[in-house]
Amino acid sequence: MTELQDQQRDYIMRSVEERGVRLVRLWFTDILGNLKSFAISPAELENALDDGMTFDGSSIDGFSRIQEADVLAIPDPNTFELLPWGDPKTPEARIFCDINNLDGTPFHGDSRQVLKRHVQSAHAQGLNFYVAPDIEFFYFAAPEPGARPVPLDEASYFDLTTNDVTGTLRKQTIRTLEAMGIPVEYSFHEDAPSQQEIDLRHTDAVSMADGVMTFRLIVREIAAAQGVHATFMPKPLEGVQGSGMHTHMSLFRGDGNEFFADDDDYNLSPTAKSFMAGLLRHAAEITAITNQTINSYKRLVPGFEAPIHVSWARNNRSGLIRVPIAKRGNPTATRVEYRSPDPACNPYLAFALLLAAGMKGVAEGYELPAEADANLFEIDDEVLAKLQIARLPQSLAEALRAMEESELVQEALGEHIFEWFLRNKWREWEAYKTHVSDFEINRYLRAL
Amino acid sequence: MSDAVPATSDLLAVFAVSVAPELARTLDLGGYRWKSISSPTEASEHEPAEGWAGVIVDATDDSTSAWAFIRSLRKNSTAGASTRLLALISGAQITDLELRDELFDDFCLVPFHPAEFEARVRHLLWRTGAEPQQDMVEYRELSLNVATYQASIAGRPLDLTYMEYELLKFLSQNPGKVFTREMLLNRVWGYEYYGGARTVDVHVRRLRAKLGEEYASMIETVRSVGYRFGQTRWS
Repeated sequence: MTELQDQQRDYIMRSVEERGVRLVRLWFTDILGNLKSFAISPAELENALDDGMTFDGSSIDGFSRIQEADVLAIPDPNTFELLPWGDPKTPEARIFCDINNLDGTPFHGDSRQVLKRHVQSAHAQGLNFYVAPDIEFFYFAAPEPGARPVPLDEASYFDLTTNDVTGTLRKQTIRTLEAMGIPVEYSFHEDAPSQQEIDLRHTDAVSMADGVMTFRLIVREIAAAQGVHATFMPKPLEGVQGSGMHTHMSLFRGDGNEFFADDDDYNLSPTAKSFMAGLLRHAAEITAITNQTINSYKRLVPGFEAPIHVSWARNNRSGLIRVPIAKRGNPTATRVEYRSPDPACNPYLAFALLLAAGMKGVAEGYELPAEADANLFEIDDEVLAKLQIARLPQSLAEALRAMEESELVQEALGEHIFEWFLRNKWREWEAYKTHVSDFEINRYLRAL
Repeated sequence: MSDAVPATSDLLAVFAVSVAPELARTLDLGGYRWKSISSPTEASEHEPAEGWAGVIVDATDDSTSAWAFIRSLRKNSTAGASTRLLALISGAQITDLELRDELFDDFCLVPFHPAEFEARVRHLLWRTGAEPQQDMVEYRELSLNVATYQASIAGRPLDLTYMEYELLKFLSQNPGKVFTREMLLNRVWGYEYYGGARTVDVHVRRLRAKLGEEYASMIETVRSVGYRFGQTRWS
């Protein structure tokens, strides 16, 4: 154990003691991006920090097979935080874990370590991957099972309303996020009724994926305390905008932004351009991961600010990649914004694939196609075909087929997650196919 | 620290025609509080009630006035002859030391190796109890207990990660000083950390968030340089 790890461990043990922490929650994430947790007493923590905690992973989706059920949760001391909610007299803390096999090798179903592997391989080339997601979500009245969601307000984009319940919730949420070291850049009321957006400030990809997991929990917890249901479902309401997780990305070498170039019309470096080209070329293949639900594809339709075409532009929000114009030409603010992901994804896997696709473009020197600055929503398919602008997958099934064919995704996720994910999602698709929807009843029952 | 010597302040006096950047940086990086002085009058004017922790005299630029200053200090200082004194001299000035053993406690050749210089300063202060490491670091509403790793602002406990705590500790031990991102990375994270200098920005942003709106400005951004904790030394 290094000196730093020793000091960190010491720091955690002292904090637990001084603050009277009663329970330490070990957090990790399953393949579908659900936060999992088990609690240990402070007495067990020292042991957990040294050797990890053995637990039965077979009950968790995508984890162990029955015959090798036990895995090890290895707490990451960097992520030790007190939870700013609950009873202050009996404080609880959380710590994120990597999951290893009993022999100490990384467990193949652990998405956090998949992301770490990609971040480290970029770092081996001297590059640090920074990510900043803009997360959208809805507040609804607590839903009855099977009922349609009911928005809490009818306010719209940037509105200030006097009786803004959701505004109060959002403020509490932001305070809590900041208290947990998840800095917020902007927050506002989005277009749709009861829709919110909170933009997080960039940080390294692993911390940010941990941050997104924490974010989703905080948003739900704070809403639930007020009897409100917060949801990250990509398209909960028909006819209004859905919830996305636009993801801003940049690569830094030390203090210098590798995406910035002084002498380019777009202020984009060759690295930035081939990174973008990588994202575009592999977009269809990674979409099943960035948009993993059946419902995700009801957001990716024309007319609602969600991308449907595999294209890029500076100030055109209909494209898949937007290159925001940096304030005052600030080199450090140069970044690319990938607009298809939704907040129901597994952030570890989504960031890992975005990085893998981008780095593939850099490694192979992919050529960036021309900017598509027209509003693509208004262009018909023939013109798009002439411009060689493809569409993103239109359904989960299409996305899964593209993923199945992808060597990049298979290699990036590893065999275990790749196969498990496809199997699980094809089952979901089969179940959906047998469902007879309201749409069909209304349209066909009487007419046919 | 346990030696039965009178308590002194933790403030070092640095006598020099003008303080060499290398000297200033090494002291800053070592976490020492220091004040530049240029005459015996200034030295007594600025001397803390408990006396200087130690005095560093740069004799390389003007050795005559440097030795005059030392002599005067030895006669007039509150702590009299007991003030610990380190002389900085060039290689050609070694003969100046002859027959002046009563005037200085230690010396260091310029140009110095920062590690050597720091070791000498540390040793100089060893018996005075003025080492920069103390159990409590306090600055206005902020207090840090270095022994128990606890931090609080206006009585409210701060829940920090280890690196956030280390960064806040380093900054608050050196109020008023401007640090570049590289210096902070270097001193707080150490060389093995690979996140790059932007890691510092990310952590500063998190620390500000945890300090809360009212105290976030304790860590000030110094445009195109780095960060400063608390007030400038001169304000």
